[in-house]
Amino acid sequence: MHSLLQAAAETAQATHPLSHTAAAWLWLVPLLPLLGFAINALLSIVAAYQPGPADPSAAHGEESHAGHGEGHDDAGKHEHHAVPRHRFAGLTSLVGPGVLILAFFVAVAIFFAMRAAGGGAMEHPLVQRYFSWMPVGDLQIDAAFQLDQLSMLMVLIVTGVGALIHVFSVGYMRDDPGYPRYFAYLNLFVFFMLLLVLGANYPLVFVGWEGVSLCSYLLIGFWFSDKANADAGKKAFVVNRVGDFGFLVAMFLLFANLGTLDFVGVGEAAKGLAVGGPVVTAICLFLFLGCAGKSAQIPLYIWLPDAMAGPTPVSALIHAATMVTAGVYLIARSAMLFSLAPVAELVVVLIGALTAIFAASIGLKQWDIKKVLAYSTVSQLGYMFIGVGSGAYVAGMFHLATHAFFKALLFLGSGSVIYAMHAAYHHTGNHDDAQDMRNMGGLRKYMPTTFILMWIATLAIAGIPPLAGFFSKDEILGSLFARAQGSTIAQAHLFGIPGTAWLYVAWVLGLSAALMTAVYMTRMMLYTFHGPNRTGEAERPHLAEAPWVMTGPLVVLAVLTVAGGWLNLPEFAPLGPVGGLDRWLEPVVGDATKRVIGGAPPVAPGLELGLVALAVLIAVVGIVIAVMRLKPATLVPKSRSPQEEGFEKVLVNKYYVDEIYDTAIVKPVVGTSRGLLWRGVDAGLIDGLGVNGAGYLTRFVGWVGSQFQSGQLGTYAWVLAIGVLAVLGAVTAR
Amino acid sequence: MLAEALFFSAVLFAIGVFGVLIRRNAIIVFMCVELMLNAVNLSFVAFAQSYGATGQVFVFFVMTVAAAEAAVGLAIIIALFRHRPTVDLKNINLLKG
Repeated sequence: MHSLLQAAAETAQATHPLSHTAAAWLWLVPLLPLLGFAINALLSIVAAYQPGPADPSAAHGEESHAGHGEGHDDAGKHEHHAVPRHRFAGLTSLVGPGVLILAFFVAVAIFFAMRAAGGGAMEHPLVQRYFSWMPVGDLQIDAAFQLDQLSMLMVLIVTGVGALIHVFSVGYMRDDPGYPRYFAYLNLFVFFMLLLVLGANYPLVFVGWEGVSLCSYLLIGFWFSDKANADAGKKAFVVNRVGDFGFLVAMFLLFANLGTLDFVGVGEAAKGLAVGGPVVTAICLFLFLGCAGKSAQIPLYIWLPDAMAGPTPVSALIHAATMVTAGVYLIARSAMLFSLAPVAELVVVLIGALTAIFAASIGLKQWDIKKVLAYSTVSQLGYMFIGVGSGAYVAGMFHLATHAFFKALLFLGSGSVIYAMHAAYHHTGNHDDAQDMRNMGGLRKYMPTTFILMWIATLAIAGIPPLAGFFSKDEILGSLFARAQGSTIAQAHLFGIPGTAWLYVAWVLGLSAALMTAVYMTRMMLYTFHGPNRTGEAERPHLAEAPWVMTGPLVVLAVLTVAGGWLNLPEFAPLGPVGGLDRWLEPVVGDATKRVIGGAPPVAPGLELGLVALAVLIAVVGIVIAVMRLKPATLVPKSRSPQEEGFEKVLVNKYYVDEIYDTAIVKPVVGTSRGLLWRGVDAGLIDGLGVNGAGYLTRFVGWVGSQFQSGQLGTYAWVLAIGVLAVLGAVTAR
Repeated sequence: MLAEALFFSAVLFAIGVFGVLIRRNAIIVFMCVELMLNAVNLSFVAFAQSYGATGQVFVFFVMTVAAAEAAVGLAIIIALFRHRPTVDLKNINLLKG
């Protein structure tokens, strides 16, 4: 049956309209970054073994950074003045971003081939099978890539935004002694990310999933000589493993119940599953656990803010634009399963909504510019999960795309700011915190380009039309509202409460989070760029705009941030082709979306416009509140700032979640490991009873035996005689 | 005739075993071993009367081996006595574990 299906699929693939177009070069897209990784890794290793004039170890200056705040991004970790660049910096600057740009061009060529093939021709995905990877009885797993509209979108985002961030890194990491190593990791990350989005079955996606986790770990702890950075990497790695457990269990369940792990095969087999059955619900919930780990959702979001210890472009690429959105992608990819499990969908929506508001509220009171953006990312990921959770897969993916644009812009902009701050502190030998907003202020005079570009991104994330964030966020909240009545999710029950009530709660949470988003983003901009400068008298003259290699990618991202909404314009704003992304993704998630909507009536046009107006109003109110309430002029530098009081203190300390986890999970686990598992089981039971016990037993038995060897001939003779008598006795008695 | 011979052989053998078990002088123990061998020889010869000459052939074998054994055994005892001036088995316990 399975082989029959496979044979049918293969004949279908041979005649696929894309099989003789640029899509045949699909394998080149991930291979190019892998090549870049190989070259950069080689350069890094060669340089390490043959110290030249620009010996990296000679340029290392950990001691001079000892005074920095823990867990911070030490942009351009340079010695004072005259820093020799890495001896292979030139070649790396060519290869690192070069392979990404090439990969992007290949991806664009494939995209146009797909466009040319036409919508009807792309009803089925193109599965390119390279070799049989795990042929074990019923388990047949191929190394195969799946090209469809969803993976194409992700490939374009990953290679496009990735290429921009690589170019930015050329400027940002310019003087770093580990320059080729940095690009090696970054290239490797892109390779695994492409593996993740192109894999045609769950195990192959899992390989990419683990690979990006590894690269994330390596890049968070890139400056590992500072223990806080290394710890942050470790934390990300360990927390992600918790999520991977869910992914693995979901795969086991899939194979046990459906007998296949291919996306195409699962899609076919899922048609035979009952809607809302326990199996499919369990599979989806376990999958979501994996997604919550990777995409930093409650309760596994804690690693993402700490991940800001890595270089800022890494935060932009991995911890904002691509890797953390893998969970959203996975749910959209598994839409055929999630649409069958309304309860699981409801859980996804609620976790997403909770995460959105929870993280946004923490973001309100953070002082570190990257921490604000980190919590903002967690919050926006919550929105994406609201989207894919409520069966609005297109809306979730739309927000994923626009978020990749504006959040990458924000992170790279903050990178520029940190770069400028660092350079200024560097000139005067000051070791103050270059990422604390209390040390910034008034930067618009010194870096006008970054100032304007970051404001564009801020308005986009706040949801001001006609910027990209407005359309995507509005579509998510609109879809959520529409599905609150009559959809399969609305009819499901969770804890005895109907889905309708839950969905309205999620909608209110989402709107409140939108308000907070506007507030904290405006706050960040006000404290960073407005008001008087607080950097310091000596440092002020050295504040300057970043070089063009850094501002260039920012400009491109800003254009995308402004124009990203065109991807999927709603009907009420026909500024161009309406619903482009809807039509593009229709073959992939169309059926699933229809199944979730069920009998939900469409929202009346008047009400829809009202909702849009409400969303815009909330965004504007948020910005106005922030501008009215916050007085950048009254801020003082970090070293002279007072302690926060009351609830503010709770927010500054992130609701003490890290401390709670530490007390409730980490300490008991470590204590049990130490006291029971190490001292008790390992040292006591295994070493004591097992290993030494066996030794003692052998020695005792040997001692007993040796007692018969008295050397007394008489004794031996007696034993012999008694033995003979016994044998004789036994023989005669028989 | 056979019964008397076997009885005599058994008595001789028992004396030999008894001597090996309770005496401590190496020479005497050695002689007791010889006694046991000869007790067995007596049985062989007695049986040979009734069942053919095979038993007598065995007796010759045993006597040959016993002679060789006596030579080797006595040589060991003499060597032992030269090494440490005693033939008391109680004091010769080098082969203990």
